[in-house]
Amino acid sequence: MSTGWTREQMAARAAQDIPDGSYVNLGIGIPELVTRFVPAGREFIYHTENGMLGMGPPPEEAERDLDLMNAGKKYVTALPGAAYFHHADSFSMIRGGHIDVCVLGTMQVAANGDIANWSTGAPGAIPAVGGAMDLVQGVKRIYVITQHTTKTGEPKLVETCSYPLTGPGVVSRIFTNLAVVDVTPDGFRVAELAPGVTFEEVQQNTGAPVLPPN
Amino acid sequence: MIDKKYPSVAAAVADIPDGATVMIGGFGASGSPVELIHALIDHGATGLTVINNNTGNGEVGLAALIGNGQVSKMICSFPRSSQSKVFPALYREGRIELEVVPQGTLAERIRAAGAGIPAFYTPTTVGTILAEGKEQRDFNGRAYVLEPWLKADIALIKSEVADPLGNLTFNKTARNFCPLMCMAATTTIVQTKKFVARGGIDPEHVITPGIFVNRIVEVPDPVHEDTLIAEGRSYP
Repeated sequence: MSTGWTREQMAARAAQDIPDGSYVNLGIGIPELVTRFVPAGREFIYHTENGMLGMGPPPEEAERDLDLMNAGKKYVTALPGAAYFHHADSFSMIRGGHIDVCVLGTMQVAANGDIANWSTGAPGAIPAVGGAMDLVQGVKRIYVITQHTTKTGEPKLVETCSYPLTGPGVVSRIFTNLAVVDVTPDGFRVAELAPGVTFEEVQQNTGAPVLPPN
Repeated sequence: MIDKKYPSVAAAVADIPDGATVMIGGFGASGSPVELIHALIDHGATGLTVINNNTGNGEVGLAALIGNGQVSKMICSFPRSSQSKVFPALYREGRIELEVVPQGTLAERIRAAGAGIPAFYTPTTVGTILAEGKEQRDFNGRAYVLEPWLKADIALIKSEVADPLGNLTFNKTARNFCPLMCMAATTTIVQTKKFVARGGIDPEHVITPGIFVNRIVEVPDPVHEDTLIAEGRSYP
């Protein structure tokens, strides 16, 4: 199987689909890389659900402010024009439909746009939801960046999620190492193939029927 | 003249009873009122229900309160993290109860309590296992679940600046749940880095008005949970 896009290339490709001026919330992991690939001439304003708009890159260790963290509890900076606010205001921005784009990682996405990214549901697992269920219900556009399959080769794009849902029918577009895949009323449809990847490869690695590019 | 200042963290928490519901401000380490939590450990109240976004890290602050066997139930959105060991161990042994609440719903339940709104509808959790057993209703063709307010007997809060009336400001993302919890608790206890005279905070810049605050203790050089963890410290 060809390698397709790297993590960085997946993030760069997702960044291409975020309009100038968007208020953006990024999940932990590959989505965080989006900040490195803002297309020339565009500005995104980053929201972190623990209470800031205008989040900037991580500081040098000597410049750390222990009271300035992101939702992943990593140290960050505040850009000129940033704003701090409490949690109810922060989730009003989310639930009230004021955040334009959220880019999330996932365990599974289904052909109808269902997303499962908070719990395996395994016995003994400690459930931890954080802000994921608020984000998927409230943000205008939900993008997912994920490897197309798990480390053991199981499809992450599936007919029906086997893990407990974070939200039903919320994902609009998926950026994987193999392709850009849209969730349509007819199921998954490839919007773009990564260089060197064939449509057949995408279908073989997907747990549901995939429609070819229009 | 109203002066809500208390002489020490020990005096400020001395009457917290066994079985109390205690909100603790902070998001992970940022904004965690470590000195007040350690005073509560010294005080020794047990059977507590604690409301916080997380369950603490390392063996200091909230994790130490849990590890000391004083907490019977946690209400939080994200009970595990890379450095959280105390809660997961007790939970797996069935020795502590857990109510997981989505972060935005947790914030709004606390805000609603402070605002006198007994319940509200939210789309968060619709179609998931966390909506099971909850009342649902459609508005304009979309489903919502009913969520009740969340009150507490006590709130433990860290502020940056406080005045004798309890007007507060916070520092950066250490604000998080703190202004909401101040509103939702019967008795709000604040540790503040700076204590200033009346008029020392511009009224335009007050984040939490003093009406929501009952007790203030000056802790001029507060320890930070991350610093304690980096030093390998535990409490007591």
